[in-house]
Amino acid sequence: MAKREYSFYPGCSSQKGASSSNYLVSVQTLCEELDIKLNEIPDWNCCAASIGYGGGGVLPRLTLSARNIALSEQHNAGQDIVATCAACWLATREAAERFKHDGGLMAEASQALAETGLKLNNTTPIKHMAEVLVQDIGYAEIGAKVKKPLEGLKIAGYVGCQTNRPFGIAGESYENPLYLDRLIDTLGAQSIPTYEKKVQCCGGALAFSEPAKSQEMIKGIIEAAYDHGADMIATPCPLCQANVEIYQDQINNTYGTKFKMPVVYYSSLMAVAFGRSAKDAALDGQVVAAKQLEEIAKK
Amino acid sequence: MSAEKKLVGYVCTGCGIGDRLDAKQLLSTAKREGKLQECKQHDMLCNAEGVKLIADDIAAGATHIMIAACSRRAKVEAFHFPDAAMTRANLREGVIWVRPASGENSETTQEMADDYIRMACAELRTINKPSSSGEQSLIKNILVVGGGVTGMTAALEAAAAGYAVTLVEKSGALGGHAALLHKRVPSRAASAGTSNSRNAALPQPAENNVPELVSRVGTTGNISVHLNSSVAKTSGAPGRFSVDIAAESGSTSTGEFGAIIQASGFKPYDAGQLSEFAYGASPDVVTNLELEGLAKAAGDGPIKRPSDGKEVKSVAFIQCAGQRSDTQGHLPYCSGFCCTTSIKQAIYFKDQNPGCDTTILFDDLRTPGAAGEDFYRAGQQKMVTFSKGKATEVVPGSSLKVRFQDLILNEATEMECDLVVLATGMVANSGPDPYAPADAAQVPVASILNLQYRQGTDLPHLKHGFTDSHFICFPYETRRTGIYAAGPLRRPMDMQQAMDDAAGAAMKAIQAVENAGLGRAAHPRSGDLSFPSFRKEGCTQCKRCTVECPFGAINEDEKGYPLYNESRCRRCGTCMGACPVRVISFENYSVESVNQQIKNCNVPDEFQEKPRILVFACENDAYPALDQAAMSGKEITPWARVIPVRCLGSISLSWITDSLNSGYDGVVLMGCRRDDDYQCHFVKGSAMAAERMSKVGDTLSSLNLEPERVVLHEVAITDVERAPKLINDMADTVARIGQSPFKF
Amino acid sequence: MSDLNQNMIEKYRNSFLKEVEANVEEGEWVKMCMQCGVCSGSCPLGKHWAHPPQEIFMMIRAGKREAVLASDAMWMCTSCYNCIVRCPREVPITHIMHGLAHYAKRLGLAPKGQPTMAFSQIFWDNMLKAGRVNELKLGLSLYFKDGFVQGVKNSLANAKLGQNMMKAKRMNAAEFFGGHGVKDVSGLQKMIKKAQELEDARIAKYGN
Repeated sequence: MAKREYSFYPGCSSQKGASSSNYLVSVQTLCEELDIKLNEIPDWNCCAASIGYGGGGVLPRLTLSARNIALSEQHNAGQDIVATCAACWLATREAAERFKHDGGLMAEASQALAETGLKLNNTTPIKHMAEVLVQDIGYAEIGAKVKKPLEGLKIAGYVGCQTNRPFGIAGESYENPLYLDRLIDTLGAQSIPTYEKKVQCCGGALAFSEPAKSQEMIKGIIEAAYDHGADMIATPCPLCQANVEIYQDQINNTYGTKFKMPVVYYSSLMAVAFGRSAKDAALDGQVVAAKQLEEIAKK
Repeated sequence: MSAEKKLVGYVCTGCGIGDRLDAKQLLSTAKREGKLQECKQHDMLCNAEGVKLIADDIAAGATHIMIAACSRRAKVEAFHFPDAAMTRANLREGVIWVRPASGENSETTQEMADDYIRMACAELRTINKPSSSGEQSLIKNILVVGGGVTGMTAALEAAAAGYAVTLVEKSGALGGHAALLHKRVPSRAASAGTSNSRNAALPQPAENNVPELVSRVGTTGNISVHLNSSVAKTSGAPGRFSVDIAAESGSTSTGEFGAIIQASGFKPYDAGQLSEFAYGASPDVVTNLELEGLAKAAGDGPIKRPSDGKEVKSVAFIQCAGQRSDTQGHLPYCSGFCCTTSIKQAIYFKDQNPGCDTTILFDDLRTPGAAGEDFYRAGQQKMVTFSKGKATEVVPGSSLKVRFQDLILNEATEMECDLVVLATGMVANSGPDPYAPADAAQVPVASILNLQYRQGTDLPHLKHGFTDSHFICFPYETRRTGIYAAGPLRRPMDMQQAMDDAAGAAMKAIQAVENAGLGRAAHPRSGDLSFPSFRKEGCTQCKRCTVECPFGAINEDEKGYPLYNESRCRRCGTCMGACPVRVISFENYSVESVNQQIKNCNVPDEFQEKPRILVFACENDAYPALDQAAMSGKEITPWARVIPVRCLGSISLSWITDSLNSGYDGVVLMGCRRDDDYQCHFVKGSAMAAERMSKVGDTLSSLNLEPERVVLHEVAITDVERAPKLINDMADTVARIGQSPFKF
Repeated sequence: MSDLNQNMIEKYRNSFLKEVEANVEEGEWVKMCMQCGVCSGSCPLGKHWAHPPQEIFMMIRAGKREAVLASDAMWMCTSCYNCIVRCPREVPITHIMHGLAHYAKRLGLAPKGQPTMAFSQIFWDNMLKAGRVNELKLGLSLYFKDGFVQGVKNSLANAKLGQNMMKAKRMNAAEFFGGHGVKDVSGLQKMIKKAQELEDARIAKYGN
């Protein structure tokens, strides 16, 4: 039996052929290494993310999360829910907290949920994968698994918004969280704790609707990483990863920059450091290839 | 004093003094040059054995002792010998801690230490153990002037501590303005752990406790209340004030009091000056105080507007009405109580009718007090609308129109309402300022205390007519010893602050009574038995001492000689510094005691290239700052010799001229801040010194000396980095301009 | 303008603040704003807001109903939550902005063609169809939201991005035909319909 088991909420973008499918692959690899078993919530649905508010009112949106929590409580009883996507985690946890503090909303959501024959207890802790790694497992256990330290790599830890606010990782500051830097150091790479764009917004969903405004912010995020001499950016958030990675061509066109900054998931870093292959680390999912990581993986 | 004088010295070698300095040399200096009959060495003078050594010597006849050890501010409890005159040579903070230990410095370090021994011995030879004058008496009764919340609280506090109180109130009833309030602003914050949520339980307007205070005053045995009365005459001094209390009926009674608490409160600002807000033009424009009357009249029912008795369904509060403004007739200051008062009054409306539109137009909302911010949130919870906006005009009519500049939306706009409340402020009620410039066009103000002092009938003011009290360190101490100010005559404040003030002033009054009874000084030299006396034959009746005493301690006799009132005196020595003929002295502090220190310090000839810099450091701030600097290892030039003074105000110009004449290369004076935000413990001493020193330039030019050889600095106790630097800067100055030509 | 809007205007004649309290997500918090402006200074897109959050709160209290609801300010929110964590009064500003935006849209007052409003509706509809987001269709719907010609242009402009994603196997053309989804789609849709009914009823109740 696995050392740790969680009820897993993978989220839409992690699905096969979707924008963070590579994230899921690398997470699966690190879970194998750390003896973590992820039990997918059966028939989970979308959380409506933070952009669903235009179409969906507050109750329909929260009810979506209520369904996921209820499904988890029914099928994966007793297991903490863990999400890898910042938005999934935030929406689900926010819904849980709102239900706790607002009996009226809880009653209405339960009424809607009854339409599908589900019942919400709302007693399940909802965690981000980063919390699992930092709190449940710890740096020491992670460090002990490192077979190929990521020596010589300077990595800007880009935490972004929703992994950090409003909940964040317990004990970390909103303005300068350090857990990602510590994780990077634990894997043998060099972190940049003073990276000033660490919690800067990338535009989130507005990267689609307001591309110019978002790309201006993304440009700053990448520029600062270059200024610090970073070889790559690492992030725990799928939307951050996509936004900062895939628009670099367009930003280069607009601003005349020559960005080619790899943006990877912390999970890819871990998979490589744990001695796994580039494929297991999902490095084939990079739009901007992380060549230095590939080389370490090849060694 | 006489042949029985026995001078004994002690050199401590503890705390590294023995390692850094040649103790034998110090002992020899003390005996040969310091002329002590005896000098002893001890390796830890402040321990029980060392203290016993000194005590035994005093018991065996030593009258004067010199302790060469740490700063006079250290080990004061161990080195407490009231039966002998004492001086201290500061070898630890003054020498070894401010000089590097390396060998090349040992010569100058030893010279410093020897000088401090010489100076302490010289000082010792000129002083005597002080003892009280014998003038004092112990009258424990306390007079409280003013029967508002402040006065009643002070009376109750003093009475509870066992002191008989006489309470004088001008009007026919106790309670003052606070009695008019419907409810009071809460004084406590939300309970610990109260969440920040929008429906948290927050402090609410509280019952007005004034009636309860009034009844407690009535039932407290040792408080006697004089209503419809005022103070017709106050003479004497702490411990022996004689006060005539005149009743409106015409009868007068005289009472003896040890101390006085003035709690004469405030006057409400005259809103008649606010015609732009239609005050007077519309009965529906009222002041915050007038609204309390409307609320009281309404009880728990709806508040009705004055014009037609219609229930008020919308109300606007105009904050800072006639306040925080440079406009003629407005108050330039913030009265501090009006924001929380408006929140409270807005809640009156909301609690009675949640649908009442209540808008508070504010510029800067300030909510002092423990409940402050929570109370603000309580108002927001009840949907009081807080609009950041500056009211410009109220247009009268059956519905009032309030025009204002919305400061967030940056637009001129207006709103309609049934009632406008002007958040008007407090005007001081302190009596006439004895030091008001004669040419100042002032409305005549009736005296409150009618002091029979040479220096005027009432407590001196600071600004805007509020009583001068030491706002940083000793808020109830006024410039008339034994008379304490509490409540809004000091500064505008709310009820809770006034009550806290009252308790503080009562404590100070009790202290003053007890100290006066023993002939001891009140703060800051509390416990000091020395007092100034003067040599009558030398006095020229110039009156400078009586004029310049910051505390009005000195009267004049019929011939114009000073008449000291020892218990009014704070022992700062400002009179001593003022006296052009140097006839004023204390037993243990005099022109001579400092002069001898100046003279007995070695001033090497110019070829040794060892300048001497004389530093006069105020014992209240500058000297402790230097001690602190020593503790944190700051270096001070080996040329400096520091003499602590009671206050810069006590500095005699002769010290400056004599020292320059005898070859000192520079003089540094360090005193406290002296402007309106003064920190001088004696209020005016530092300012007096600065004024006197402004004339020192003439002396310097007559001696053909550069003006930069004498500097005066304001130094705070926190200037740990800066204070030593100022001394070292003088060493640089001397290095730049050269040594004094007056060396022998 | 919608009937609902007319109802609301009549109901809350004098107090837009009360309307917001009743009908907008976390609207009860608006009164607690103390106008410090930290939110406005913390917003990553602050310079693009016609009225930053502090101002919006003041406008609500000043009864500027039309100006608030017709503003595209709230639609600038990126949901970064910076304002929430910095607000000294712990006002849930992000949620209020979402709530105001949603309410404006519900009343038909939101500015026509506001791109984030359009996207958020596309997202919601896309998600609701199968219970999970179909990223390919989401992207295409967005490109084609302003008609076929503009859609082709948008697609071409983003063609390289798409190719990159396909190459990285992070976009799949097959998604166009079906794609991922929950099994119990009808249950989910019934659930959401119920939630919507409950919410509509709540707002309508206050409106009458």
